[in-house]
Parts: sequence; structure tokens; C-alpha cells
Amino acid sequence: MSLSRRRFLKQLAAIAGSASAAGASSRAFAGAGRVVVVGAGFGGATAAKYIRMWAPDVQVTLVERNREFISCPLSNRILAGQIELVDLTRGYGALSSKYGIDIVYDEVVGINPDKQELALADGDALPYDRLIVSPGVDLLFDEIPGLRDRGARERVLHAWKAGQQTVALRRQLEAMPDGGVYALTVPKAPYRCPPGPYERACQVAWYFKTQKPKAKVLILDANDKVQSKEALFTKVWKEWYAGIIEYRPNSTLLDVDAKTLTAKLEFEEVKADVLNVVPPQRAAKIAADAGLITANNRWVGVDFLTYESIARRNIHVLGDAILAAPAMPKSGHMANQHAKVAAAAVIALLRGESPNPSPIINNTCYSFVSDKQVIHVASVHRYDPEKKTMVVAPGASGVSAAPSELEGAYAESWGKNIWADMLA
Amino acid sequence: MKHRTSSIAGWALLVALGLAYPAAAQDQSARSLAANCTGCHGPSGNSSGAIPTIAALDRAYIVTALQEFKAGTRQATVMHQHAKGYTDQEIEVLADYFSKQKRP
Repeated sequence: MSLSRRRFLKQLAAIAGSASAAGASSRAFAGAGRVVVVGAGFGGATAAKYIRMWAPDVQVTLVERNREFISCPLSNRILAGQIELVDLTRGYGALSSKYGIDIVYDEVVGINPDKQELALADGDALPYDRLIVSPGVDLLFDEIPGLRDRGARERVLHAWKAGQQTVALRRQLEAMPDGGVYALTVPKAPYRCPPGPYERACQVAWYFKTQKPKAKVLILDANDKVQSKEALFTKVWKEWYAGIIEYRPNSTLLDVDAKTLTAKLEFEEVKADVLNVVPPQRAAKIAADAGLITANNRWVGVDFLTYESIARRNIHVLGDAILAAPAMPKSGHMANQHAKVAAAAVIALLRGESPNPSPIINNTCYSFVSDKQVIHVASVHRYDPEKKTMVVAPGASGVSAAPSELEGAYAESWGKNIWADMLA
Repeated sequence: MKHRTSSIAGWALLVALGLAYPAAAQDQSARSLAANCTGCHGPSGNSSGAIPTIAALDRAYIVTALQEFKAGTRQATVMHQHAKGYTDQEIEVLADYFSKQKRP
């Protein structure tokens, strides 16, 4: 497939626009290389922006199927009626107007690593010197037979990608009678946002406690224990949500009956009034199609110095799709951090230089446990040249001493700042 | 590939002249390190909301604050955990970088 005339003209215009905006020389016009970024979430948008910010002579095309960014972090607050989807929605405009990124709103249908080119749904092809893929996860409905049917998936929601599903789940909770049961299933780790399910349980429980005091939250966890901030969540459930939240570990979901809203577990069946299934997850299909998946048939192995795939040269992978090192959660914050290491590495590699041999990244994940009270988990990860992986720096990890409103204010501020860091 | 070669030649020239390369390498290393902070503290350290803005703070103040977080002698919710992840030299680099950032 060859580069279409339309795309070529579009790219020319983008290069001309960015070059003049930066007041760059003709050398910059020629460009230090072409980078294509797939996926404009926490990883991809950050990578695209930082490459242009740090190297205005590198041409960047960003491919994204959605017209707007919607943040998954903080979206559980919608379930408690605290915020609305619009509060989590941001535009991509500044990435093109301020940073000269060519944004293509389209779907990638294939990657050809040998030709260094990717195919778009509209028929165009995009060539690259370096490709950055930040594709997120696919939800594996096939592993839950009762959810293979689309109609079933409209009744039993996941709401694990923020958007209309989140709003629809809120409506289901509002329509649920007082005295009803909301059941939430958690897949085996690793999955996107380790504390997310437990935060969600708190948000729904807070709503029930204040509006439907006889309703219950039932957490059916495939894991043997709470996967993040365990002591803090457990304490909050006991002290604030006693009689509302019930936690059942080792409860692997095998199937659902979407008509009766029944969760079928190994040893029992649980009927709910609102059934919310967080399915098992895998690096998104585009990663699988490109031959990038190297671990457990699920995740993409990368070199943590560059985030380049260990399976395909010139393709870098960020975010939830990668096989993370121990204690590196699948979080938006981490994806933002991967992106900056990858951005610097891609610029260096395009210039024939060596990437930074000792990258450092960090994580901060805030969880709302009521309308205003928040807890966090945080960590700093440094590259270990002997182990060739990221390790937690000694002493540089931990959780909140206790829930606080101060951290609630920090969590809201974190959202505004990280969205600005990637988009503004 | 042509541009790549010329880019290397450009760097080589600068290195040979003993001018920009060491400074440029230091700048790149500083901006990569500083990029650790901007997810929470905002672009260039300019924050919206409750998280403190760190852009354009006094260099010595930033060093003192980070060292006290690291030592556990300064009140913190999360910074005592983050600060332990960075060496004394990295703290100096971060302080220098953010002290030079502008506020809008």
C-alpha cells in the first residue's frame, strides 16, 4: 500500500505548519525522522507531545479513533454522582495547534513491521521511522460465554473504559431499588488499574450509604486478596461500610446469565440487581496482530531503556499493554511516565545517539474511598543495569497513613495536571 | 538517512569544538528527570489546584524541601515516599531545573 496523495499533502502541510510555528530552519523542515504514535491516551498523547516539545525537527503523526480524550482515572466518581463525564473529557486541539502534531482520527487496521508502515481503516498507509504504540487493553468477553452476545453486554456492563458505559452503570445504580445487590467481579491480576475495583466498591457503597442504606455491594474477586492498598481498603470497608460491602476473595467468574443477572462462580451462583463484570484483559488486538505479544499470550515485552518491543525493531510500546516489571501497576500515571522515557529514547535513536542508560519513573495512584476522602499508593522505579529491568528504589514506595480530604484535593489536582501534561 | 548522518556530524562538530555537547547532554538528562515530576505538579511545574506549583521556586528552597522529605523530617502525604527515590545529586538537578521554569 502506498502513501496516498491526500495523506502526503496533509503531512506536508503539517510539517510546514510546525516548522514555521517553531521558526525552524530548513534542516528542521527536512526533519530528523518520522514518528507515528498509535493511541492518544495517557501514553500516546504524552509521547507525541514530548517528542515535539523536545525535538521540533521530528515529524509526529498521532492516530486516534476517538475525537476526545476521556480519563479513566477519577471515573469511578461518576458512579457516586460526584462528577459527570464532561469533567473527565478533554480535547486534542493543542496537540496540533501548539505542538504541530498531525492528528489522524482513524483506526489502525494493520502494522507492517518489515515495510515500517501502518494501514488505516480509510485505506491510507502511514510510513514511519519509529512507531510508538500505546493501544491499551482489550476486554476478553470471549472468556465469559454469557457475554459474547452484544445485547448481554448492554445489560451486564464493564465500565472499565470510561465513557457511555460509566454513565449507563450510574443509571443502573440509580434505578436499582433500595435493598438491592450490586455485584462487581474482579479478574485475576494483572489488569488495568489494580485499585480501581476496590475504589469502585467504595464509590457505590458511599452512594448507597447516603441514598439507599439497605442496598449491598458484593465484590467477587478472582484474586486471593485485595490487589492494592489492601490494609486501607479493608479498614475503610470495616469502619465506614460495615453491612454494605462484602468482600469475597477466590471468586473466579466462569460465566454470567445476563437475563437473570446471575454471576456463575466455581462453587456458587450469585444473583444481583446490578451485575458489573470487569473482564480479564490483554494488550489490545493491534499489538497481537503486529506480533508484539511475548508474555502469557497477553502482554508486550519491552526494553525498559527505550520501551522498544523485544519482538519487533523500531516499534515502541507504552502503557497498560506492556509486561510490566514487578510493582509497576497498569496505570495512567505509569503510561505517562513510560511515554517520556520512550520520547527521549526515540529522539536519541533517530539522531544516532545512545538513549539514557538509567531512566527513572514513578507512580502515584489516588483512590476515592468516599465523596472527598482519598488514599494513595506511590513508588519510584529505577533501571537496574544488571537485571535489565525496573526496580523499586529502596524506601521509595508506600501508601497513605490514612484517608484524608487533603489527598482528595490532591487527587483532583493530579487529574488536571496530568491531563495538561499530556494535552495542553 | 541523510538527515541522520548530518545530525551526527553536527553533534560531532560541537563535541570537537568542546562547546554545546556536554551542556546539551546535561540539559537532556535534566529535562528527562524533571519529567518525572510534571505528571502531578503540572507542565513545567505549574500546577492547577491543591498540588503545589514548583516552577520558579528558589533553588535552595527546593533542595531543602526535598532533602527534608527524604529524611522524613517534613510533613508530607506522598512526597516522603517519592523523595527517597532520588539521589542527592538528582535533587540538585531537579531544584536547578524547576527554579528556572517560568510561571504563566
